[in-house]
Amino acid sequence: MRQFFTFVSKEFRHVFRDRKTMLMLFGLPIAQILLFGFALTNEIKDSKIAILDLAKDPASRAIIEKIASSDQFEIASSLQSQAGIEETFKKGSSNLVLVFPVNFNEDLLGQNSVQIQVIADASDPNEANTLTNYINFIVASYQREELVTEAIPLQIITEIRMLYNPELKGATNFVPGVMALVLMLVCTLMTSVSIVREKENGTMEILLVSPMNPFLVIVSKAIPYFILSLVNLTVILLLSIFLLDMPFNGSYFLFYFESSLLIIAALSLGLLISTSTNSQQAAMLISLMGMLVPTMLLTGFMFPLENMPVPLQLISDIIPSRWYYIIAKSIMIKGLGFAAIWKETLILFSMTVFFLTISFKKFNIRLQ
Amino acid sequence: MISLENISISYNKGQIKAVDGVSLEIQKGELFGLIGPDGAGKTSIFRILTTLLLPDEGIATVDGWDVIKDFENIRKEVGYMPGKFSLYQDLSIEENLNFFATVFNTSVEENMDLIKEIYDQIAPFKTRRAGKLSGGMKQKLALCCALIHRPSVLFLDEPTTGVDTVSRKEFWEMLKRLKSQGITIMVSTPYMDEATLCERIALIQDGKIMTVNSPDKIIEEFPYPLFAIKSDHMIQLLTDLRENPSIKSCNSFGENHHIIFKNFDEDSTYQLLEKLKSKGHQGLVISKITPTIEDCFIALMDQNHG
Repeated sequence: MRQFFTFVSKEFRHVFRDRKTMLMLFGLPIAQILLFGFALTNEIKDSKIAILDLAKDPASRAIIEKIASSDQFEIASSLQSQAGIEETFKKGSSNLVLVFPVNFNEDLLGQNSVQIQVIADASDPNEANTLTNYINFIVASYQREELVTEAIPLQIITEIRMLYNPELKGATNFVPGVMALVLMLVCTLMTSVSIVREKENGTMEILLVSPMNPFLVIVSKAIPYFILSLVNLTVILLLSIFLLDMPFNGSYFLFYFESSLLIIAALSLGLLISTSTNSQQAAMLISLMGMLVPTMLLTGFMFPLENMPVPLQLISDIIPSRWYYIIAKSIMIKGLGFAAIWKETLILFSMTVFFLTISFKKFNIRLQ
Repeated sequence: MISLENISISYNKGQIKAVDGVSLEIQKGELFGLIGPDGAGKTSIFRILTTLLLPDEGIATVDGWDVIKDFENIRKEVGYMPGKFSLYQDLSIEENLNFFATVFNTSVEENMDLIKEIYDQIAPFKTRRAGKLSGGMKQKLALCCALIHRPSVLFLDEPTTGVDTVSRKEFWEMLKRLKSQGITIMVSTPYMDEATLCERIALIQDGKIMTVNSPDKIIEEFPYPLFAIKSDHMIQLLTDLRENPSIKSCNSFGENHHIIFKNFDEDSTYQLLEKLKSKGHQGLVISKITPTIEDCFIALMDQNHG
């Protein structure tokens, strides 16, 4: 036991004394959370809109008021004539122009039908679509509030409820993804590099030629990274709850249990990589290429898996983080219990056992 | 104490034969040297004996334990210092020593008497990280770590490579003192001048042992009279000597060339000098010398190659 504790404390010293490792371990997750939270978001906020109000009557003003008070839009300019429209797009000073025709209010009340023109900059089609939808939504809600009793006797109102994430926040989607990514990367990379470093320095030779059981060596090497990963997970969780207003509806215990499964799977993958390579560079490269790309692309938090070709979907099935992502989302956002995620948990658990078994089997008690 | 019987090992699926039918017998308490150039197979032999590599053929035992079957017992018993500097660069002297003491189920205090003499020399720097030590100090620390569990056998793979001359000399004196404590020491080195510091040596080349004996015996058995010769133009002299039909071999050793005659008789040196003078050499000096281990090594190598 004393061997084990000395070994673990030695391993912690390695981590804390190496600035690069520390940066990798804690800088990377924090940077990712902040990046995804603030910079790389596909939410639309304060999009610039220009308005050509030829009516200048109560109805048009009421709608403009509504737009101005929404989070999505910021009124950048009021245009005076049709000629200004082209110009504002060319300058890029707004992404959307809204044109109210002359006699807007009168026509609305008198003819029961009136047109508003929405002109969008569709060089980014997704954004243009989203923006016009927002406008539609705002106009429709105005119509309901102001006119429903007077003008239209019968109408169908679609009532949309966005469950679990009513405000359509991006954070709820990417935080579990970033967690999966960070855990996979950090654990795999750190473990493989730290074991290969011992091989490179020749210290592995001494450790093998010692009374210490080789498996105890491996376990003592993995434990610090396991603990650090849990710390890491907590940092991400705190950041996303307090900084990004991420909801957490489920059980923390269950969440940490599932995360531990993923961490152990990643640690054993790292061990597996370390058995098949002898240089730190190679270990780093394999971990990054082998983990980063599939985890980013095939976990489902950046690109929906349902839209991918079948072969890619099949490949995604063997990536542990994909299952963890589903589990983490279910616990954090939906607040579901174990009963709802036992299938994914079972898959993740089998993967963990599988990787652990092979990596222990492949781990060599000799040099070759 | 240590025995190898017809040990062979090859790498790359048999393409490179690193050790080729090596048999050795090392007695308890002996200071035994494995002498040979880089790539001769020294490290492979050490790794087989320390149970890190499995031999393709042959039987090897350390202290009666078989290197394949009883590897766990051997690992408890031996001290090993690999060729590459093998301590944690980011840990201090003290931390390294404590770590290895714990790994070997012992404590620094328990075996301080064994390493005291060596440790005292590096103790003033005990809080310094191993990566910031000089080559000599690293070597002393590595030796301390290898000795910390009072091993009965010590394997030192090229312990003096990359260490300055003074530290090398000190290191060998330390080995002698350890030997006097009854520890069997097997050491390898590419430096021929260190061979004479061992009790017995094996000369190894291309994975084969060429001879095993005490350094004095090996020198005694050198079969030819050996001469050192020099002149004002050493490079030209080397060419001329090698072209001379009466010369069996000629090798450059620092200030002199060492030569062996094909058929030596009393007239040989006189005739050679006359011939060289006629070729314009000046300041010629020739003298009979006792061979060094390196001379023996080269002679044996030439014999084996034909």
